[in-house]
Amino acid sequence: MKSLTVELNGATVRYEVEPRQTLADFLREQCRLTATHIGCEHGACGACTVVVNGKATRSCLRLAIMCNGQSVETLEGFPNDKIMEVLRRHFHESHALQCGFCTPGMLIMARDILLRLAEPDAQTVRQQLSGQICRCTGYANIVDAIVSAGKALRSQRAALP
Amino acid sequence: MKSAPFDYVLARTVTEATATLAQDRRNAMVIAGGQSLVPMLNLRMALPDLLVDIGRLDELKATSATQEALQLGALVTHADIEDGAVPDPFGGLLRKIAGGISYRTVRHYGTIGGSVALADPAADWPVVLLALGAAARIASPAGSRSQSVDDFIKGQYATSLAPEEIIVGFDIPIPGARMRWGTSKVVRKSGAFASSIAVVVEQGDGDFAAAALGAAGPRPCLLPTTAQGLRSRAPQEDLRAMVADDLTALALDGDPYLTRLHTSTIMRAVREMRQR
Repeated sequence: MKSLTVELNGATVRYEVEPRQTLADFLREQCRLTATHIGCEHGACGACTVVVNGKATRSCLRLAIMCNGQSVETLEGFPNDKIMEVLRRHFHESHALQCGFCTPGMLIMARDILLRLAEPDAQTVRQQLSGQICRCTGYANIVDAIVSAGKALRSQRAALP
Repeated sequence: MKSAPFDYVLARTVTEATATLAQDRRNAMVIAGGQSLVPMLNLRMALPDLLVDIGRLDELKATSATQEALQLGALVTHADIEDGAVPDPFGGLLRKIAGGISYRTVRHYGTIGGSVALADPAADWPVVLLALGAAARIASPAGSRSQSVDDFIKGQYATSLAPEEIIVGFDIPIPGARMRWGTSKVVRKSGAFASSIAVVVEQGDGDFAAAALGAAGPRPCLLPTTAQGLRSRAPQEDLRAMVADDLTALALDGDPYLTRLHTSTIMRAVREMRQR
């Protein structure tokens, strides 16, 4: 076992982990943060996407121990995040989820996209979202939600003094 | 937990990393971004007793450019290159390739050094580095050595890397201001490994040209006859025959689909370059 200290959703936490434990398993089983969903466990589906040191990444493709001393943010860590708030509203309004399994990864990735690209069009969102698999919606509503969230954020920013 | 158990060491310096690899008697593997190795661990295709994590070594993140060459650290990520966080003196070639590798989440942590060290036959960077005539800088406890990427990659997932060696970075010669390039890649879905990937480069005055192809055999390869055709400004139809010569040498077992696939990626890359 190895000692692991991470800044998890803003709080410093310390656990003992086996080196072979993935970040995804660590978050769900030890930290009991179950918003991070585990789908394929080899980097194909994107359901387990979290933010490590400010960068969206797949928690099944990262060993927990590799995050020692780093910051990790899961979907639970964004209750007051401006972008996430707008995204939640637009996911709701555009009906961008059905079963909800892919939604945590979709939201984390959507936030990552909107942080990097000011007001992405539908084509750009589709390209950027290609690593996230959804088996219910056919993606159209998810893409709509992210495009309209981008527009809403831009007009919010424009309205600031 | 899906992976078999292993021990883990975080290296603090390159010297410490190579010394650990040399001295530890166990079956060790090096991990950087982990974007290929972690799934291989999860699927138990890789069964190390020890992982040496080189992901925090700032020495391997350094990048510099001179008139003659770009030096890229092994830990430079695909996203760093895609975003222009490191110089691309090749007129956007590196940025274009980086942006097409896997998905953004993978590009955030996947490194150029890891990609070349793994030597997947369908990977993007080995093809580009072959076309540009790049060399890998390699460190071991005995010192360092440099080897062309063409000689470094031996075959499918096989390189000249000794167990105690790690890739430190790459030296990529800059062909000159009038360089042109073209790329083409066929993938079954966005983000998948290539079914075929071609990169062609040439210098305006015709004294340098190269063509490289990936996913067409156990390792990416240079296409010498095609490169000769580019240097001599061969028209498209003549060039197609030269491509056919190169593909014959690759022994695709006469598979008509693969022959057409690879011919089309090479010819599309050439067309893109000649339209620049």
